[in-house]
Amino acid sequence: MKSAVIVFPGSNCDRDLAVALREITGVTPLMVWHRDTHLPEGLDLIALPGGFSYGDYLRSGAMSARSPVMAAVVAAANDGRAVLGVCNGFQVLTEAGLLPGALMRNAGLDFVCRDVLLRVENSRTAFSARYDTGGTIRIPVAHHDGNFTADDATLDRLEGEGRVVFRYAEPVNGSARDIAGIVNAGGNVLGLMPHPERLIDDDLGGSDGRRMFEGLVAALS
Amino acid sequence: MKARVTVTLKPGVLDPQGRAIHNALGGLGFAGVNGVRQGKVIELDLADGTTEAEVAAMCGALLANPVIETYRIELA
Repeated sequence: MKSAVIVFPGSNCDRDLAVALREITGVTPLMVWHRDTHLPEGLDLIALPGGFSYGDYLRSGAMSARSPVMAAVVAAANDGRAVLGVCNGFQVLTEAGLLPGALMRNAGLDFVCRDVLLRVENSRTAFSARYDTGGTIRIPVAHHDGNFTADDATLDRLEGEGRVVFRYAEPVNGSARDIAGIVNAGGNVLGLMPHPERLIDDDLGGSDGRRMFEGLVAALS
Repeated sequence: MKARVTVTLKPGVLDPQGRAIHNALGGLGFAGVNGVRQGKVIELDLADGTTEAEVAAMCGALLANPVIETYRIELA
């Protein structure tokens, strides 16, 4: 499985994501700088990492979503290529219009940095295929702007189409309907606030995140 | 010429920061504050002749997120 990690100025989880992809896919991902206008050929997965790209200026993810490489990412996503956005990557995907809604300041105003329990709502996506629908997993979050917001019609549509993939199983940030991760209508773009790349090895505290990447390998290789 | 763009959250969108400011004002003894909404002001220094439509295009493309925000343009 050939993957790329997009690196924005201010990304800080790009190397964690690269390590997870390397360890689980067996292939070192390509690191693509945000000013590049083309993506490498033959990618199976494009990953947008966590961090504070552009210092969260204007709105989290707003500047990155307009950076040169994103035109190529949007084109690839619309072409059906798998795209994973973690944390700041999720914010970038909403700002780029690949996912609906917006991620606002946490309702409690605090930066939340801890492991949280998630309920897997839909295991029929490439990203969640190694989880069980209805199962609970533990994944860390680390964000200030994770409060998912959309109008009721959008939320109803996401729920009705099975596009809410992960939901917080405990209060975290005030997200509408406790949404932690959603997919696009095609099911090939996932954005989530929790960081699966941080829990891929029991020696590092857990491996619930590992199964996301294992599912992707199975689906995309 | 200059333009001033005021970006505010749409009515109905929860504003945690505004709520915190509201609570803080109450804590300082300012009674009678019924609500607080926080926004942002963006001042643009523009070439003469720039139209309001062009500024609106900037708002749509970058300055405001239409999912959660509205904007008001003042040209001067």
